Amino acid sequence: MFQYCTDPSILSQFKWFSCYLTSGKHISFYLSFLIVISLICITAPISLFFGFCGSLASRSSFILLKYTGLLYTNIVRGIPDIVFFLFIPITIDQILEYSRHKIMCPEITESVWRGTDFLVCSAAKLPLNSDPQWIHSTYSFLLAILSFSIVFGAFASNTISGAINAVPKSQIETARSFGMTNNQVYLKIIIPQMWLYALPGLSNLWMLLIKSTPLLFLLGINDIVYWAKEIGGSKTSIFKYPHPDWRVWYFLGLLVFYLLVTKLSEIAFKKISNKINHAT
Amino acid sequence: MSCLQTISDYGLRSLGIGERLLPKTDITICEQFVLIGSGLFWNIYFAIFALSIGFISAISIAIMKNSSNRFLSLIGKYFIFIFRGSPLFIQFFCAYEIFVLFPKIGIDLNLIFIEVTLETRWLTRAWLGALIVLYLNTTAYSAEIFYEALKSIPKADIDAANSLGLSSKSKFIKIIYPNMLRFSWPSYTNEAIFLFHATSLVFFSGFPAWGQSGDALYYANYFADKTFNPFIPYPIIAFYFILLTLVIIGLFGIINTKLNKHLPSDLKSKTRIKINFIR
Repeated sequence: MFQYCTDPSILSQFKWFSCYLTSGKHISFYLSFLIVISLICITAPISLFFGFCGSLASRSSFILLKYTGLLYTNIVRGIPDIVFFLFIPITIDQILEYSRHKIMCPEITESVWRGTDFLVCSAAKLPLNSDPQWIHSTYSFLLAILSFSIVFGAFASNTISGAINAVPKSQIETARSFGMTNNQVYLKIIIPQMWLYALPGLSNLWMLLIKSTPLLFLLGINDIVYWAKEIGGSKTSIFKYPHPDWRVWYFLGLLVFYLLVTKLSEIAFKKISNKINHAT
Repeated sequence: MSCLQTISDYGLRSLGIGERLLPKTDITICEQFVLIGSGLFWNIYFAIFALSIGFISAISIAIMKNSSNRFLSLIGKYFIFIFRGSPLFIQFFCAYEIFVLFPKIGIDLNLIFIEVTLETRWLTRAWLGALIVLYLNTTAYSAEIFYEALKSIPKADIDAANSLGLSSKSKFIKIIYPNMLRFSWPSYTNEAIFLFHATSLVFFSGFPAWGQSGDALYYANYFADKTFNPFIPYPIIAFYFILLTLVIIGLFGIINTKLNKHLPSDLKSKTRIKINFIR
């Protein structure tokens, strides 16, 4: 990065750290923070949308929709979220590949699950074996976003259902006595009012979302945990670094990063809720 | 191979007892059920020990945070903030790397009468190392719950206790502690459920599963990797977890009715699963 870094005598000086911390690997490490932050920012609105659909579905009068919604809303209460993070990406991947396999290679009649293998014809692979690396990483990132959105959509659905129930009954009754239709009651009364009650829960959900981002590592994405492990270790599968095992410092750095993000979000949400409470 | 044979082979596999080799080919549903079920031993072990030790220290941390001594209250506050504000996953990694740095042989502690050897190598094993992390984590979460409950104890109750001339010790035992427990019990139930769920993170977070003896999710993941069919092992583990979550709700519900038995039935607080407590 810097000119003086080419000088070997610098190795013994403190200045060396400025070279070390700006090496190519470290730049990838810093970029992976952007991956985490972009995941949070993309997932939050999608999961809010999923949560909205889930909670509205669970209040529907159509019985099938109602029970699907209720199942979606309540399933995260009994099963650890990490099970979903392991289950959803592989499931979506297999569903996509299976349907592509059925469409593209109809001549193969054998079952796709053969013994301990999942075999689809090579044209149905997702992404294709011949695709460049960036398509592979984008695909796995999209799968990660989808699984985070589904899990956090279920959490949001919980919060939003609670908030809808918290809207005072008298307001709904008043709206009905004015002759509003069911849709009007939802659009004009329940949904605008609901936000007020949902905000504490949603701010909490934002914290949960931040705190679950390290699980990206389990989905095989080169996120901050991956890089902390990779750079911090004294040797990887390919390289041997001249420094001893520094993983502890890298992980403590991540800990501080997460504490900072949590603290900042806490302050921001306090400001928002003060504003809303002031307005009402 | 019959299912009974499988149970005797793999029923205690998570403890390292039984058949050493995990099934590799022709994996039956029975094998998946038995192995994943045997892995539950570790989830239950972590949950019971972390919760029961954490309960006591959580109360002390909550009292510290609530105390008028600024120094103590700051310690309580920061302890809670650090463990609630950071991901459990990162805490596991940090703790493991710190534990690895300890000398392998063990530290001799020369207490005046006896010499104790602290086996530091156990710290890098999941049964102790991960338990310590889970214990500190649940302490912080429960301490926050108890702290909120301490703040909501009616002033009048404490005034009444003071005017009766109760000593501070009996004031705590007779007035503050039961009320705190009663107010916080529904939230504490949630904390117990989600701590139980969090135990499934242990073997994915640096702590190695020695001799392939891991928890339920470790085996479920093993089967999903081996068979490339996630539709059997994950629903099995989901079934087990839902079952045990219902058990927790039942057990804590019994205690809840005990705590509230002096109240008229319409004032009793009900336990609802809220999701604020997942990590």
